[in-house]
Amino acid sequence: MNIEQIISELKEYKGPERKIMEVCGTHTASIFKSGVRSLLSSGIKLISGPGCPVCVTPAAYIDRCISYAMLENHILVTFGDMMKVPGTAGSLSQAKGNGAKVELMYSPMEIVDRAERNPGTTYVIAGVGFETTVPAYALTIEEAVRRGVSNLRLLTALKTVMPALQWICENETEIDGFLCPGHVSVIIGSAAYEDLAEQYQKPFVVAGFEPEHILAGVYDIMRQLQTASGVEKGVHNLYKNAVRTEGNKKAMSVIERYFEPGAAMWRGLGMIEDSGLYLRPEYAAYDAGSKGLDQDIELPAACRCGDVIVGRINPNECPMFGKACNPMNPYGPCMVSSEGACGIWHRNIGML
Amino acid sequence: MCIAIPGKIISIEGHRAKADFNGNLVDVNVGLIDAKIGDYVLVHAGCAIEIMEKDRALELIELFHDLDELA
Amino acid sequence: MQINMSHGSGGKASAELMKDIFGKYFSNETLNKMEDAAVLELHGKFAYSTDSFVVTPVVFKGGDIGKLSVCGTVNDLLMMGAEPAYLTAGFILEEGLELSLLEEIVASMAKTAEEAGVKIVAGDTKVVEGKGGLFINTSGIGIIPEGRNIGAANCSEGDLVLVSGTLGDHHACILSNRMGIENQITSDCACLKSIVERLLENNIRVKTMRDVTRGGLGTILNEIADASNCGIEIKEDSIPVRPEVRSFCDILGLDPVYMGNEGKLIAVVAQEDGERALALMRETEYGQDAAVIAKVVNGKGVYMKTRLGGSRIVDVLYGEGLPRIC
Repeated sequence: MNIEQIISELKEYKGPERKIMEVCGTHTASIFKSGVRSLLSSGIKLISGPGCPVCVTPAAYIDRCISYAMLENHILVTFGDMMKVPGTAGSLSQAKGNGAKVELMYSPMEIVDRAERNPGTTYVIAGVGFETTVPAYALTIEEAVRRGVSNLRLLTALKTVMPALQWICENETEIDGFLCPGHVSVIIGSAAYEDLAEQYQKPFVVAGFEPEHILAGVYDIMRQLQTASGVEKGVHNLYKNAVRTEGNKKAMSVIERYFEPGAAMWRGLGMIEDSGLYLRPEYAAYDAGSKGLDQDIELPAACRCGDVIVGRINPNECPMFGKACNPMNPYGPCMVSSEGACGIWHRNIGML
Repeated sequence: MCIAIPGKIISIEGHRAKADFNGNLVDVNVGLIDAKIGDYVLVHAGCAIEIMEKDRALELIELFHDLDELA
Repeated sequence: MQINMSHGSGGKASAELMKDIFGKYFSNETLNKMEDAAVLELHGKFAYSTDSFVVTPVVFKGGDIGKLSVCGTVNDLLMMGAEPAYLTAGFILEEGLELSLLEEIVASMAKTAEEAGVKIVAGDTKVVEGKGGLFINTSGIGIIPEGRNIGAANCSEGDLVLVSGTLGDHHACILSNRMGIENQITSDCACLKSIVERLLENNIRVKTMRDVTRGGLGTILNEIADASNCGIEIKEDSIPVRPEVRSFCDILGLDPVYMGNEGKLIAVVAQEDGERALALMRETEYGQDAAVIAKVVNGKGVYMKTRLGGSRIVDVLYGEGLPRIC
């Protein structure tokens, strides 16, 4: 087997239409960047899943970020991704223009140093992300506790993938197979998908982020789908170089030490029990009030963001797509984020 | 949802290490892995989340091998 | 010594600043007259451009805001096929700026201007409250020799697109500093005169040229495709990017195609001249890594043939290119 054979078989596919969800936003970005869709038969549809943390974060969270950034002696620190997401009254980027104090970070751990150097300022970290990023926040709190740095808070909108996948398996039965998020799987392990694969008899394939990885993953899902019914569909790990069956146990235990599960709001999916992570009560002093930020922006009635996130429709089937809603003037978060399905589709009109 | 790329550990002091990404030196926390100098580690947001066992070229060879095995 | 409000008062301190720093380095016949405006004798067709520079840090690996402010405007003039002749320089200095730093930057401007063959013939200085920073505006005039016609609307099917070197160096250098990532990435800040002269003197049929600054290659090729009403097909493999810069981009989730540069140009040339143009570029100091990266095709928009044979649209840059984790 080599990449040319895979590409040619995927291009030649003439069977029934198959829908494959790539759960992870970084996969979505890589798929577009390397033109993977243009290499597939029109019978294979790739659907972008809810794995862009920016897209599934509700507006109330952005509003809270902004209100901290406007407070005296407070600085909000964030990854660049969040800057353009609209809250009910504008984005962090706009707020910055109105005097909000917003700084960018590469890693939350560097904020412990910044906070230690500036004891008169409270640093509020916008803690967005999935399992891949959560250990970094846990280690940040660990370091802050160890060094007695108390002018640092986490405002979390942390989510876990499995409850969302469970929800999708239950509610979106048209999806035939899943390309599992590579770097979340590094943490949670490929075994995490076994129960879902068995229960719903669908292929779950863990893949890396090079276009070769993604094509191999899609190929493996298609091959599983074409095997006779009655043959078990299962979890295949095609990213063994980084993903262990059991995941990274140290990372899982550090997550558990600092965080506990709770209900979380997903744009498009709604409230899902135990799909969020919140600082444990013993670390409440480091929490910036992360619970209950569930209220979402009132999107125009025509906005189909929710349907796009779960793959019910393609972005260009939304009546606002490319018209009232475009990258310069985004309504739904799917258009805002560089990984949001609508934003990516808009940049690729003509290629689809 | 999570960008992570491999870098080579060039120094370690407790949980703090420096990783080299083609000449870019980044402070990396290695508290989640048992890394030693010379290891290639997968880094996300300043945190090493796993040790990579092979370089990219070998990884791709193995990928196609795995696909054959699964058939 | 630091800049204070009296340096912008128009009084004695201003005059001393003028004499000890600006006059010392920028000295030439026109400027030395110290009139309210420079009087120039110009004939024929000329190009006229302006640009403001606000970069922090003001001194970086490979250059400083002074060098940048001369190269930026000179390069803009060169891209129209003009021979840069005169510059003006406006300075906005923040209180607390070290005079020694200002002198270093002014000296750097003078040196760059001399290399580019332009005279700084008028200037202005203002002082504002702040934290010791400075901003520079330059504008410039260049003479366009008769018969020269270079512009974004001139491209047609079959033309080849050359880039004069590796992409992303300046942007990565500045961001490394801000994000605290250690590396040896050096800004590519440079005057592109030698490359442009080499192409034009050797009668390469240059349809259009652009310096690849803010917005990056992707944005600039879109502007050209729009203006010429044609499509542009980029070959992903052919885009030169230093491995160090590529890894830097990977760390922060950035795309070299949208990274800013300060010493790179793209030239669209007639197909038959492509190879010769490439060889000529590579002979110059700042064009050693030049490459043919794209061709002009029938159609609309800019797209890229990817490494594995796929294609994707390359749109203009929306908003700012922010470091991201996701």
